[in-house]
Amino acid sequence: MTLPEAIFGDQPAYQGVAPDPEPREVLLDLRGVRKTYQSGSLQVDAVRGIDLQVLAGDYVAIMGPSGSGKSTLMHIIGCLDVPTAGSYRLAGVDVAGMGEQELAHVRNQRIGFVFQSFNLLPGLTAQRNVELPLVYAGVSGPERRARARAALDRVGLADRVDHRPNELSGGQQQRVSVARALVTEPDLILADEPTGNLDSASTAEVLALFGDLHDQGRTIVIITHEHDVADQARRVVVMRDGAISEVRV
Amino acid sequence: MSWLETVRTAYGALRTRRMRSLLTVLGILIGIAAVMLTVGLGQGAQSKVTDQINKLGSNLLIVTPGSATSSAGVRGGRGTATTLTMDDAAVLADPVAAPDIARVAPTSQSSLSVLAGTANWTTTAVGTTPEWVQVRARSVSEGRFFTAAEVAAESPVVVLGQTTATQLFGVSSGGGLGGRSPVGQLVTLGGQNLTVIGLLTAEGSTAGGDQDDLAVLPQSTYASRLSTTANPRAVSTIYIEGRDQASLSAAYQQTTKILLAAHGVTAATMDFSVSSQQAIVESATTITRVLTVLLAGIAAISLLVGGIGVMNIMLVSVTERVREIGLRKALGATPSVILRQFLVEASMLGLVGGVAGLALGLLGAAVLPGWIGQPVTISPLAAGAALGVSLAIGIGAGVYPASRAARLAPIEALRSE
Repeated sequence: MTLPEAIFGDQPAYQGVAPDPEPREVLLDLRGVRKTYQSGSLQVDAVRGIDLQVLAGDYVAIMGPSGSGKSTLMHIIGCLDVPTAGSYRLAGVDVAGMGEQELAHVRNQRIGFVFQSFNLLPGLTAQRNVELPLVYAGVSGPERRARARAALDRVGLADRVDHRPNELSGGQQQRVSVARALVTEPDLILADEPTGNLDSASTAEVLALFGDLHDQGRTIVIITHEHDVADQARRVVVMRDGAISEVRV
Repeated sequence: MSWLETVRTAYGALRTRRMRSLLTVLGILIGIAAVMLTVGLGQGAQSKVTDQINKLGSNLLIVTPGSATSSAGVRGGRGTATTLTMDDAAVLADPVAAPDIARVAPTSQSSLSVLAGTANWTTTAVGTTPEWVQVRARSVSEGRFFTAAEVAAESPVVVLGQTTATQLFGVSSGGGLGGRSPVGQLVTLGGQNLTVIGLLTAEGSTAGGDQDDLAVLPQSTYASRLSTTANPRAVSTIYIEGRDQASLSAAYQQTTKILLAAHGVTAATMDFSVSSQQAIVESATTITRVLTVLLAGIAAISLLVGGIGVMNIMLVSVTERVREIGLRKALGATPSVILRQFLVEASMLGLVGGVAGLALGLLGAAVLPGWIGQPVTISPLAAGAALGVSLAIGIGAGVYPASRAARLAPIEALRSE
């Protein structure tokens, strides 16, 4: 099931209806994306033909019960996996046919990840954790440190730069990982159940942070199964059985 | 990712698992130190043996009797027959028949007890001729050596080595004990009273034992008073000094030819054997080399085990850090960057083990000779090779774990909880 007219963002440019003051580019453009896993002799269609467009500056939540294929979709959007069929253009570049090396560069340059379990390296300070993407981008030491500090400042943790993850609360850890996602100035912030391991106070903190980032024009795609989290988004894409079943604006 | 960052990351990862890294390094450390010390011991022993054999005297040929065959047909070992005599020595000393032989020293020896007053000692009694001093490259530090006249007269005189003199008189030379020098004292050697007329200069130990524990006396005196063999003219060894190094093989040929003629035997029934110093050096070197290779081989196995330890710990590390690898990949680490990171970790383990092993080896080389009385030689080449080998082992052991890490799919890695 595809609902193209509903998926093209709230203000699809080609319809010529109430255009933005400045037309926004299509950042994510998925067409007919399928992902099939081979599980023994069984073929599992995790994602069965998805069409999804996300404009730059949009805030999209992807919801769905477990097994709906939202994680697989997230992996594809995050360039952690490639679709079996269909095309996926990220900022105009087709990533469907890329090799591991190129995908690593795309992830590094264009996507900032926020994970449910934070995925901070326990041996490193907050500062060093935030520096990691810049290390792989080949940014030199002084610039890297300055940018990591600025990103931590941005999430309100300027006084925690030298703390290790186990010295920080869950909410603080998730803010460190948001800082890590921001530090490369990516086109897209991709959050996978970012509030799944947080209490309600920390959840509110992190969601407020996402709200701020969206207000500043960042593109955010958030995978969640919590309705109050999804409610923060401008659009909610609901998945069921590997396909999009509903799009709420 | 720069090399500096890679090394820093690897160091951080190893420091996080401090105890484990330490134990892994220990495996390499022990292996490297063991190889270095065994090779060092072997090289030390080899240079010592070569040194000692060179001390026997340059241009030296040694004639020993062939093996005796008993009436039952049992062939004894080399030197069991008493086929060499003073007459053989006399023909060999003939400058016309053997122009390349400079000096000949016929020698008999046996182990005998020696007494001086209440002091009692067992030493090697050597019966020979005055040429012995030059042929064996020895010198007299005090008193004098006996003369040809004293040999002819069967004089009851003896020249002592430093060790023997110390054992008997409590002093080696230059007096002591109330200013009494051993020279001029009376000793009882094998029940015979002999006057000490000189002391030999100290030589040190060689492969053949303490070269300073001996009592040298005229061959005639030895034969008539101390020898147990029936033939008073029989000798156990004839030492020959060649004219120079270049003509040593000519001297060797002349010796063989003269003795074959004198004994009326052919090359097939030869009842003596001639060996050169070179040959002795070679056989001794071969023996120490074989031993060294054997020991170093065992040590190398421990090094190999150390390398397997590195591989094992790296595999465990990769398995444990699947999530970390997944995260690093998500953040933009390419497979080659991950590969390099784990290779650098493994080679750091190897190299640190190598440096520590080298330090332990050098320490051992400094301390060990005092304990075991054997020199340990560690050449700069061996030290460099130890570092190279430890690094190579680290890299070699890291290749498989690192390539496993590099091949991990990011989603698989991130998924594992």
